[in-house]
Amino acid sequence: MLKYTLKRFVMMIATILIIATLTFVLMHSIPGSPFNEERTTNEAIQENLERFYKLDQPLPVQYAYYLKSIVTFDFGPSIKKPNESVNELLARGFPISFELGMTTILVAVISGILLGTFAALRHNGVIDYAAMTFAVFGISIPNFVLATLLIQKLAVDWNILPPATWSSPLHMILPVAALATGPMAIIARLTRSSMLEVLTQDYIKMARAKGLSPFRIIARHALRNALMPVVTIMGTMLAGILTGTFVIEKIFAIPGMGKYFVESINNRDYPVIMGTTVFYSSFLVFMLFLVDIVYGFLDPRIKLHKKEGEA
Amino acid sequence: MNNEQQLAAVKEMEREKQLDAERSEQELVNVKQTVQKHRKVVSTEKVLEVENLHVSFTTFGGTVQAVRGVSFDLYKGETLAIVGESGCGKSVTSNAIMGLIPQPPGRISDGKVQFKGRELTTLTKKELRKIQGVDISMIFQDPMTALNPTLTIGEQLMEGVRTHFKVSKSEAKEKALAMLNLVGIPNPAERLKQYPHQFSGGMRQRIVIAIALICEPELLIADEPTTALDVTIQAQILELFEEIQAKTGVSIVLITHDLGVVAKIADRIAVMYAGKIIEIGDKREIFYTPQHPYTQGLLNSVPRLDLLEEELQPIDGTPPDLFAPPKGCPFTARCPFAMTVCEHVHPATTTLTKTHAVDCWLQDERAKQLWEA
Ligand SMILES: Nc1ncnc2c1ncn2[C@@H]1O[C@H](COP(=O)(O)OP(=O)(O)O)[C@@H](O)[C@H]1O
Ligand code: SF4
Ligand SMILES: [Mg+2]
Repeated sequence: MLKYTLKRFVMMIATILIIATLTFVLMHSIPGSPFNEERTTNEAIQENLERFYKLDQPLPVQYAYYLKSIVTFDFGPSIKKPNESVNELLARGFPISFELGMTTILVAVISGILLGTFAALRHNGVIDYAAMTFAVFGISIPNFVLATLLIQKLAVDWNILPPATWSSPLHMILPVAALATGPMAIIARLTRSSMLEVLTQDYIKMARAKGLSPFRIIARHALRNALMPVVTIMGTMLAGILTGTFVIEKIFAIPGMGKYFVESINNRDYPVIMGTTVFYSSFLVFMLFLVDIVYGFLDPRIKLHKKEGEA
Repeated sequence: MNNEQQLAAVKEMEREKQLDAERSEQELVNVKQTVQKHRKVVSTEKVLEVENLHVSFTTFGGTVQAVRGVSFDLYKGETLAIVGESGCGKSVTSNAIMGLIPQPPGRISDGKVQFKGRELTTLTKKELRKIQGVDISMIFQDPMTALNPTLTIGEQLMEGVRTHFKVSKSEAKEKALAMLNLVGIPNPAERLKQYPHQFSGGMRQRIVIAIALICEPELLIADEPTTALDVTIQAQILELFEEIQAKTGVSIVLITHDLGVVAKIADRIAVMYAGKIIEIGDKREIFYTPQHPYTQGLLNSVPRLDLLEEELQPIDGTPPDLFAPPKGCPFTARCPFAMTVCEHVHPATTTLTKTHAVDCWLQDERAKQLWEA
């Protein structure tokens, strides 16, 4: 297991490095720079600025500095807001984005699994049809459309919930609902189909033959097996939710990372772009690692396989 | 060599002779005891009575009459084999006894299933659960799929006892270890913590058997327990069944489509065809004096060591459609002796001996009279 974890760790680092490099290349291949806007700056000042941010150096040197900043996790000050460092920006924005993202994942996973399970248990019944119709809508409506619809109806027309910002649990309902519906629908459909399949398995029949209660059969024998495909798609789903937070934050005026991220690209604020990208990709890669561990926990066959691979 | 030495040598020889005699006597006693131990005591107490059981399934294509009037009794400590081609309703019969027919689409439309005098078909699901796994247990065909891949075999073993009896975890573990010992799994303490994929097919079937027996049921229904296994493993598992029956006195309904399996461990055999038992009798009666043409056909299609030259004769044709079962004898289309009456009227059950009965016009008293007239 240790060897496996180590191997995964090295792969994680490599992945992050590749993403960082790609970001660097892309960032420098889009035209424009942080300084050449219409407003003409004094040339001396501009040169000073470029020297300060090391933009006067050749790209390979910049790349080396960039790598150093990744290793030390210090991206220096923002170009557009020189009195604030990238790290401070992350420290301010990320907790909010994290809260939005995690709440969304929790809501999507829990309600998706429940919905899918009940649909499977009432296969071809009213609950099943209702849940699956809902799921089709959930999957096909993009989160930003759903967000505007929710704001229009629940906040503006009926005045039940606050339309924007992130200042109380009540404020969280609409953005989380907008962001969680899609993933929840996908999870519900996946849980339902895999649950239906699991319920026809011999070991479920055997559990029945043991005289176990239906609840125990579902909770102990069926669910764990049915959740494996759900765990498999959690990786891509996490990435989807992560990018979704940028959009949703913008719509609901939530002061998370999304705002800074989008602004930084528009402004060619290199340190901020680099910092956020590296930070987010590390975060995502780490989450994928966690997903893998959860998967191994759910399916003992995988754990063994890896153990055998060690020897 | 002097006299004394000779005398001593002779005495020595005599003593050895006597010892030999004593030893062989002891051996005889031993053999007798083993025979005694292994001779089956089948009591006259009925464990299971199935009477006129009908099970049907409603599907998009219509209603499948999977079981159409099955009746048999099972005595304490006895092994009854139910044989028949695939699709003849063996599994449905066993599921119906066990209370595992999915409803809908299935339905026990008629008949009785009595376990030690208690009617099972009218019990609620909750009442049934108190019997399932405790009084009646079931073993499934494929040991590769019958165990939950995500739970250790210890968890799967102990679950039954802990559900049905108020026992502590350590008591349940003791019991699980004892069961693994009983079914012949080495290193039980270590194996308890392992997952199904860490066992071979034969070992898994042993575990399935251990799970089925852990609550000490009086009736064990084994639905093709050896079909998915290699021939050598099959023999081992069958031996295990015999051993367990000798030790625990459990009654067994053994379902199979393999007459070879039956020859070894069954006491009685019921032959099923198209949802009915068409012949039932002692193992000897079925093997040596089969009366139903279908039974005869089945026996002819079994490879036999003593008849190497003779070709196997599979029975031509296919069983009837159970969506619209024929009103006469269901075997008519395939029967080499079919008569006009067979097509139109279902043969009544003819009782040949106390244990042997058959559904065939050839054995019917009235037909015989006609024959002789
Ligand atoms: N759940 C079900 N739905 C519809 N038909 C079924 C169902 N279960 C069994 N049957 C039908 O009942 C008949 C007997 O099946 P079964 O008892 O499984 O045969 P076998 O003797 O091979 O065990 C088959 O024709 C099968 O199609
Ligand atoms: S009743 Fe007629 S058709 Fe059926 S097995 Fe007997 S002889 Fe053959
Ligand atoms: Mg079957």
